[in-house]
Amino acid sequence: MTGKSRRIELRAAPHVKRGVNVETIMLHVVLALLPIAGFSVIQYGLSALALIMATTVSCLLSERLFSRLSGQGNTLADWSATITGLLLALTLPPSFPLWMAAVAGFAAIALGKVLFGGLGYNVFNPALVGRAFVQAAFPVAITTWAPAFFPGRFTGFIPTTFTMPLMTPPGLAEWLHQHVVDGFTGATPLARWKFENHVASAGDLLSGVATASAGETSALLILACGLYLAARKFMDWRIPVAVIGSAALVALAFHLVDPGRYPAPVFVLLSGGLMLGAVFMATDMATSPVTATGVWIYGAVIGVVTVMIRYFGGLTEGVMYAILIGNALVPLIDQYTQPRVFGARGRKA
Amino acid sequence: MTAGILSFLSSFGSHLPFARKTFARGVHPASNKSTAGTPLRRMPFAPRMILPLAQHIGKPAVPTILVGQEVVRGQLIARADGFLSVPLHAPVDGVVEAIELMPSARGPWTESIVIRTYEASTQEVRWGEPRDMAALTPAEIIQAIQDTGMVGLGGAAFPSHAKLTVPKGRTIHTLVVNGCECEPYLTCDHRIMVERTDDLIQGIRYAMRAVGAEKAVIGVEDNKPDAVAAIRARLPADGSITVEAVETKYPQGAEKMLIKSALGLEVPAGGLPSEVGVVVNNVGTLALLGRLLPSGQGLTERVVTVTGPGISRPGDYWVPIGTPMRHVLEWAGAEDVTEREIILGGPMMGQAIASLDVPVTKGVSGILVFDRRDIETESARKTYACIKCGECVQACPMGLNPSMLGLLAASSEYDRMGSGYHLGDCFECGCCTYVCPSNIPLVQQFRAAKGVLRDRAEAVKSKLELHESGERFDFGHKEGEGRKPGGSRHPINPPPSAKP
Repeated sequence: MTGKSRRIELRAAPHVKRGVNVETIMLHVVLALLPIAGFSVIQYGLSALALIMATTVSCLLSERLFSRLSGQGNTLADWSATITGLLLALTLPPSFPLWMAAVAGFAAIALGKVLFGGLGYNVFNPALVGRAFVQAAFPVAITTWAPAFFPGRFTGFIPTTFTMPLMTPPGLAEWLHQHVVDGFTGATPLARWKFENHVASAGDLLSGVATASAGETSALLILACGLYLAARKFMDWRIPVAVIGSAALVALAFHLVDPGRYPAPVFVLLSGGLMLGAVFMATDMATSPVTATGVWIYGAVIGVVTVMIRYFGGLTEGVMYAILIGNALVPLIDQYTQPRVFGARGRKA
Repeated sequence: MTAGILSFLSSFGSHLPFARKTFARGVHPASNKSTAGTPLRRMPFAPRMILPLAQHIGKPAVPTILVGQEVVRGQLIARADGFLSVPLHAPVDGVVEAIELMPSARGPWTESIVIRTYEASTQEVRWGEPRDMAALTPAEIIQAIQDTGMVGLGGAAFPSHAKLTVPKGRTIHTLVVNGCECEPYLTCDHRIMVERTDDLIQGIRYAMRAVGAEKAVIGVEDNKPDAVAAIRARLPADGSITVEAVETKYPQGAEKMLIKSALGLEVPAGGLPSEVGVVVNNVGTLALLGRLLPSGQGLTERVVTVTGPGISRPGDYWVPIGTPMRHVLEWAGAEDVTEREIILGGPMMGQAIASLDVPVTKGVSGILVFDRRDIETESARKTYACIKCGECVQACPMGLNPSMLGLLAASSEYDRMGSGYHLGDCFECGCCTYVCPSNIPLVQQFRAAKGVLRDRAEAVKSKLELHESGERFDFGHKEGEGRKPGGSRHPINPPPSAKP
């Protein structure tokens, strides 16, 4: 060799990469969530915007705090905490007090993610862990609803938004009386079905006029964003297909047996958080199975459990617990759905 | 887009009539085959040739010449040592300067014959007796193949005569000829199929006779329609040899994948192709055999793809075996090799070399030079924990679960990797690492784990006591640490089953 110092790189094969990194995937999920978040702002105005910012900032700050404490370096750049924050906001009522939203964000990151060791090690979807936490902690606030498209939503906030920390939010009755046309019941379509046997029309559900958390009222938009992710291969299309398909099948079976008591499948699919859960939450890579077979089973379990909770449980909405149950089953599903090894003896291809 | 739709449709398997011939899973790396249209060229002799005695899998060859002796191009300079070994032939007219330890791709010190080239050395090969191939029995053909010193030129460097020797009790019905060249960048086989079609057909006939096959199928990836057309135009009229366009997908050129794609047969896990009545050979190997066998000459040169962003005159060159890398790179226009990465073979399974004195050996199919930009892009990739996206599971052509294997490797549970998750079936194609969004060095870990298991098995075999506490193997890549250059312990050459 010559005396000149030469640097020749030495690495083990493969020397090329596909070039899709974790942050690429996560960033695209964030981008796919933005239209849905935007629609919720159109529906609910400044309060929805404040809510989205509160959960997202809370998630990011919690993530930063814990990554610093655990010496993992800056993990904000992987965008996963941003996803958790956005998803969390879309599952909460738009009138949810901001301080409670901040608590939800902290719980999502701390209990849903950091506790298990961070991104990739978490067993449950962090956003749903946060949602479950505040559902238990603040049962009234999480079932207090404001109507969509109420007048003045871009000039003022829903009074409950700025509840002082640790304080109970004020009642919304008077505010509703001033702002809202008559006939607002403050109940979600699922609650109205459950308690009043009133089935909302598909048109109401699709146009976003139904009362619900932001992520529950934009089924078509969610599907469109999900299609984008699936087409770019940042999401496993099998999961939403399995969840929605199994929920529809079960609902159809019930509907055929007793059409008076059980609504048509289209109501089951479009109401509540089924779409958001199927497209954006059940598909969380870290908490879903790795094999195609496993994914079908997992999705089917979520769809069936969702309908069962709605029909027979005490709760009006079952998607959250259905997905958490599905998450819990993932290690078991993975164990029994190992791929078939090429040339495995005894079985024919 | 069309390719995406086609691959989506073909994912339904071979049940659909319009599905392309292919295997399940695999990946689609950018092909970068910019040299595919450039005709073969010759590379002049280097002033000094270095010929490692072990360029093949098996026992090293034994020198038959002495230091100071003059040799002519094509002359036998080292004989085969037993059955699993091949001889070496002088690539140039010259004088033997030394037989000593020299750097090679297998390591810094490999026993090699060093020949100083005479300036008047010509391309003519003046060694070897023409023979009447029609008169030879299969056993004699096998012997003749061994005498050429031929090895699998696809990269495996497994002695060709050994590969064409049918195990006792097995019969071969089909010779599968591997013209896939699924590795990105490489085009040497492509050019041979286009330019040396007659040699290839001739070589296929010899190999068919050697193994007793009645049929031969040439599998070519469908991104090489000119090669398919060239071969189709020269096929014999009796229909014994056919050509099959298979899907362009990595690792289509892996033996078991190609057999599945071309014939629909699945070689049993852990088994050889002969178990399903098939033998696979590479087009480059057979084309050279077609030329060398009748002339009685030995292997003195091979086609090498020299390309990559760091090369200004890329192309497929006839390179004499033993030519130092420095000479090849100067000739192909890699001016300054500082801060470059030089890879022997393709980018998916090839091996990076540390010294420019490493010579071109029989198994070198390509020389790729990546420049500083590529290196920086790769080094900037951050390693994350496994997010269980399942991409690797959907990429592994062997149907393994690299995600699980990676988690087990991270916790050093090598035995479970082998017994519960089929580590032994991994042929190190690298699809898992290629797709991993967390940039986990999966296949690198699997190589290391295999090495550990091999070492343990040997230790047990030789009744050595393993001290669990004392035996801690350095793993090279630890999670979150990024890549360490040259950190993994892996075999220099891939096993014979793996030659995409």
